[in-house]
Amino acid sequence: MGEAMVRLYNEESLPLEVVSVVDFEQFRHLILGTLAGEAHLSALFGVPQDRGVRLYAVVSDTVHGSMGLAATDVGDSFPSLTPACPQAHWFEREIFEQWGVRPEGHPWLKPVRFQPPRRGTTAPSPPGVTDYFSMEGEEVHEVAVGPVHAGVIEPGHFRFQCYGETVHHLEISLGYQHRGVEAKLVGGPDRRTIHYMETLAGDTTIGHATAYSQAVESLAGRRPTMTAQILRGVAAELERLANHIGCLGAMAGDIAFLPTRNFCGRIRGDVLNLTALICGNRFGRGFLRPGGVTSGMDPDQISRMLARLDVVEKDAEVALSLMFDAPSVLGRLEGTGTVPAQTAASIGMVGVGARASGLARDVRSQLPYGIYRYSSVPVCTYTTGDCFARAYVRWVEIQRSFAFVRDQLGSLNGDGFPVKPLYPGAGRLTVSLVEGWRGEICHVAATDAAGKFLFYKVVDPSFHNWFGLACALRGQQISDFPLCNKSFDLSYCGHDL
Amino acid sequence: MLNIIRARLQQKHRTIKYPDAAPPEMPEKFAGRPVVVGRCPDGCRACQEVCPTQAITGGPSGPVVDTGRCLFCSSCVSICGEKAIAFSRDHRLAAVSRESLVIRPGSPLPADVLCETARKYFKRSFRLRQVSAGGCNACEADCNVLGTPVWDMGRFGIQFVASPRHADGILVTGPVTGNMREALLKTWEAVPDPRVVIAVGSCAVSGGPYRDHAEVHNGAGSVVPVDLFVPGCPPHPLTILDGLLRFLGYPVTW
Repeated sequence: MGEAMVRLYNEESLPLEVVSVVDFEQFRHLILGTLAGEAHLSALFGVPQDRGVRLYAVVSDTVHGSMGLAATDVGDSFPSLTPACPQAHWFEREIFEQWGVRPEGHPWLKPVRFQPPRRGTTAPSPPGVTDYFSMEGEEVHEVAVGPVHAGVIEPGHFRFQCYGETVHHLEISLGYQHRGVEAKLVGGPDRRTIHYMETLAGDTTIGHATAYSQAVESLAGRRPTMTAQILRGVAAELERLANHIGCLGAMAGDIAFLPTRNFCGRIRGDVLNLTALICGNRFGRGFLRPGGVTSGMDPDQISRMLARLDVVEKDAEVALSLMFDAPSVLGRLEGTGTVPAQTAASIGMVGVGARASGLARDVRSQLPYGIYRYSSVPVCTYTTGDCFARAYVRWVEIQRSFAFVRDQLGSLNGDGFPVKPLYPGAGRLTVSLVEGWRGEICHVAATDAAGKFLFYKVVDPSFHNWFGLACALRGQQISDFPLCNKSFDLSYCGHDL
Repeated sequence: MLNIIRARLQQKHRTIKYPDAAPPEMPEKFAGRPVVVGRCPDGCRACQEVCPTQAITGGPSGPVVDTGRCLFCSSCVSICGEKAIAFSRDHRLAAVSRESLVIRPGSPLPADVLCETARKYFKRSFRLRQVSAGGCNACEADCNVLGTPVWDMGRFGIQFVASPRHADGILVTGPVTGNMREALLKTWEAVPDPRVVIAVGSCAVSGGPYRDHAEVHNGAGSVVPVDLFVPGCPPHPLTILDGLLRFLGYPVTW
């Protein structure tokens, strides 16, 4: 059997050398063994060494509330984990693309971002040019969409293999938003680091800035004040509210239920304005810094916030009840874009997508951090895994988030400012998990002897879930795509980095 | 049906009166147009050193802020002992020339926001194809907001359309990644003349936080000719709407 994975809790760090490097067979054995239980792969990535590449794996164990870490050194190839462990597939493709290390036996080895390799000199293929899965037959046709889409949305390329109206396969090709962030994080933190974090996915500014701040705090061995933790929680739930409300409004738009679409577009803005009330920026830019938050709320602001929250909550309730009470809406959502629980588990889905398929995965309650250590948020799940389930989970989470924000604002007192600059400790490693509004955000960071980042790995929830969308489309009609896509509401920039 | 009408009454009419009346007040801590108010002690470069995007240079009579590069993070304000830089709550930042985005001590508001071509051809009907080219999706979100009932840019005949063939111009967000360069160029080429290009957000204006990364092109201007620059990270919806209206020649007094 050999030893177990190195255990680590959220908001903790370890001396880097504690994560001992094992041989590949043992690495594989440890990962597969842990994943056989109630655990999923949070990260699997390469770090260049003098010779070859070191692979790190992070597995989140939702039963014990801890994470397992393992490392191994590989040369130019290793036997792929994907055939035994499908949730490794996207990670292994990334390792292949970034570091030129080939997972032998990977069934689906092609670029994920069309980025230049960070090791070696292989030229990348032009964006979107790859060996697509295709069907052949007299009445089979292929539909290609993107990178520029019909709406105001981010770029991505989609290929549908259709027979008649039925989509037999959807392949998603991304990378158009790749701007080279991870490579620039190495050697930090520097004056741009926090801005990279706030713009990894702009609609998840608070989520990623929380993960980063928490990573630096863990590396430094410090915790922010209670006030700062409460305010971070309030900002995070406001972010969840704004995006979930916006998502449901857009879903209503995609099925031509216009009243809810119009109301929600506006209500989303009203919630963003609440975030601006705290820190001046609608997306929460500039609010979180390692060590705490940059501004507080006085009693007058708190009472104004509570008053506005009442109005927004009432508006949201009316707008969304309208949608969920309309039989025509339910008829369109139910049974569309189904991802069965077993599929969701095997491909390693997280967040709303996973919960809608019945998987109880929520970092806030399973590997709690910050204010969620003290105030728990119940995990909302549903069983059907279809567009209705993804919409319904969001609606329940909206209600819970309103309650949480109101509760936390009531316990706020106002001390703990200003934030003092905080720097990571030397020679340490940490994994920072946060439940962003889309799902699990994972940042893995390690520092050198000078306290600078040796590597900094970012896994946005979208990285886990894009393939879930591809699975949801199987057997659907092509006209179901906009609705299914919106029901997942994934990030292109968070994936492409 | 009755439920929908009841909900409609409950949600009320929310479209703002702007530009016929004052726009909604910006939040207290909002960082809008920077104001350079003082001189710098000899040799002090504190604000330049802390700025994440090298948006600040030193001038003979005080710091010079390039709002096209600025992320509005206020790091410079926090570090400056002389209070030589401040961010006002003024949302008006857009300009048609890149040079007008640079704010010096005593700089006027950009007067050159009107585009004669746009006023002549597009004032009553302005259709834009949005191209997202490598940013963080916050600028896109705030462009989408302009279509909601509060801002309702359809009042001015401004609308986002699906095809570049139906468009009078493109609105670019993001620094233009290497992977999006060709798609942006093809979209622009597909728009019939006369056409305009609007760069929204510090990424599209200058590359933003990704400036000088090998993977990006430092903004829309390095690929297509830009007619209107809207700074901000992301710009407030009001900043974008203000820029669009004055670009088209609407009288905006606020």
